[in-house]
Amino acid sequence: MTSAPVSASGSWPVIRSLGLTGLLVSFADAFSEPANRAALAFRAALERDPWPGVEETAPSLVSVFLRIDPLAADHADLAARLSDLVSRQDWYEAPLPEGRRLFRVPTVYGTDLAPELSEAATAAGLSEAEAIRELSAARLRVMALGFAPGQPYLGELPENWNLPRRTELNPMVPAGAMIQAIRQCVLFSRPSPTGWRHIGQTAFENFRPDSDPAFPLNPGDEVQFVATDRAHVERMMGDADVLDGGAEVEVIS
Amino acid sequence: MTALIVHRAGPGVTVQDLGRPGHLAQGLSRGGAMDRLALYEGAALLAQAPDLAALEMVGIGGEFEADAPLRIALTGAPMKATLDGAPLIWNASHHMPAGSRLSIGGVIEGAVGYLHVGGGFDTDVRLGARAAQLNAGLGGPVEEGTHLPVGTDRQGATGMVLDVADRFSGGRLRILPSVQTGFFDEHTRARLEATAFQRDPRSNRMALRLAMDVEGFALEGGLTVVSEVIVPGDIQITGDGVPVILMAECQTMGGYPRIATVLPADLPRAAQTPPGAPLNLVFITPDEGLAAERADQAARDALRSRVRPLVRDPRDIPDLLSYHLADGAISGHEEEHQ
Repeated sequence: MTSAPVSASGSWPVIRSLGLTGLLVSFADAFSEPANRAALAFRAALERDPWPGVEETAPSLVSVFLRIDPLAADHADLAARLSDLVSRQDWYEAPLPEGRRLFRVPTVYGTDLAPELSEAATAAGLSEAEAIRELSAARLRVMALGFAPGQPYLGELPENWNLPRRTELNPMVPAGAMIQAIRQCVLFSRPSPTGWRHIGQTAFENFRPDSDPAFPLNPGDEVQFVATDRAHVERMMGDADVLDGGAEVEVIS
Repeated sequence: MTALIVHRAGPGVTVQDLGRPGHLAQGLSRGGAMDRLALYEGAALLAQAPDLAALEMVGIGGEFEADAPLRIALTGAPMKATLDGAPLIWNASHHMPAGSRLSIGGVIEGAVGYLHVGGGFDTDVRLGARAAQLNAGLGGPVEEGTHLPVGTDRQGATGMVLDVADRFSGGRLRILPSVQTGFFDEHTRARLEATAFQRDPRSNRMALRLAMDVEGFALEGGLTVVSEVIVPGDIQITGDGVPVILMAECQTMGGYPRIATVLPADLPRAAQTPPGAPLNLVFITPDEGLAAERADQAARDALRSRVRPLVRDPRDIPDLLSYHLADGAISGHEEEHQ
């Protein structure tokens, strides 16, 4: 683990217990691309060869969570086995999992459908047109899914998009909203209040419980929010036959 | 198909089962019944599988009618219940004749009651479960006029009862260290154990908020932590320093520091703590926790062997007779006493 970052509280990765039923392998204490890459690769390794007593695994931004059955497997044994797997390779430089896909999602930037684009562009030091060009071109990784079903945390945008959250809460943005702060975007699964800026609107559904798969996005997938016009997105939002918000989907690994 | 007709239902009446585990990576929490033990108790009373769906009733029940004879069981928080006007015993199974009216009122103690039917409620299975998960848009509260389909009942006895230990008035919750427990200094952790909490009325299927008279437990300097996976039982310290216990329908990821996590075996007690009732938190060791979980599983496995016929204490009979004489309601569940 030559490139493991060292934090004030010690060296990474660290393995911690969450009560009796959880173990957490963390690769950093703040978001970084290598730590997210490590979490995705480590989780993929666990999924390839499931261990007895591990009921499910889930990556977060910089960690992998293991839900365990403490009556079926010994906590200390699992922790030791994790420690062994952690030390086998440099996870920060591991290849991303295979089978990842790229979703090119038609997005209307600004207009009354996404009214905070202009404020965000100014804060990022760009004109609206420049902002749309930059955002449209970015391929963002699904770093983790959570908070709401199927809802992706996407990153990272260039440094000029390292914008703080707004001080006032936006009381409600709709499902399919693309919101932005701290070099990340989130694509909303359900209408929700937010302190991030609503800069784009899509017809993408993160969670469609009666379809298979119910969750189109997986950790490690990529999303590109391609600019389109307001009428295009609006038409798709009202059309139940439009799949994945009209996205083009391509396998990238 | 047999159905239970809902004539009236409280706002917190939903179909619940053991939930949908396995979707944490996609951001969907397990959900399911708040008091999972109650599902096992209902299954034992009706001699059927614990993964069948039941009605969860938060605070208040409703008015129900059977369109064919049903076996029912009542578990969880005891509530005022009558069948065609005759009082029903809680933690017991009963015969519900076609056309009879089951009326379930408010909780007497505890917070969440359960109504089970023989064969379980056979509503649509979505993503592997029937449980309503409101924050995921899966199902919703049961509405007036709904005909809830009932699955095929293998039949069996009614008039059975289960003696249930009290978990309906708050008390001690055993806790274990979680990821950020070490961020809180020893003094704060000791204060957490010494504090007399109450259940804040502002609690729901997602989270149980604790109320207290002392200062909060916020980390010094308001240290922020990176968002990590959270699971039911985790105790988050929110921005105002208030501990919040995450419950069945919690979100899957959160960035508030977690001071501890509640032992799974004690989550039914947490779920059943009524608003305002006392709660205290006590750290136990992982070994103690493991022993408690083993005992809890053994107790669940033994439930069916502990079910016994509802035989009335002779001392109660005069009262019952006078009740029936006054009420004139003899019909409904005589077969229970055979």
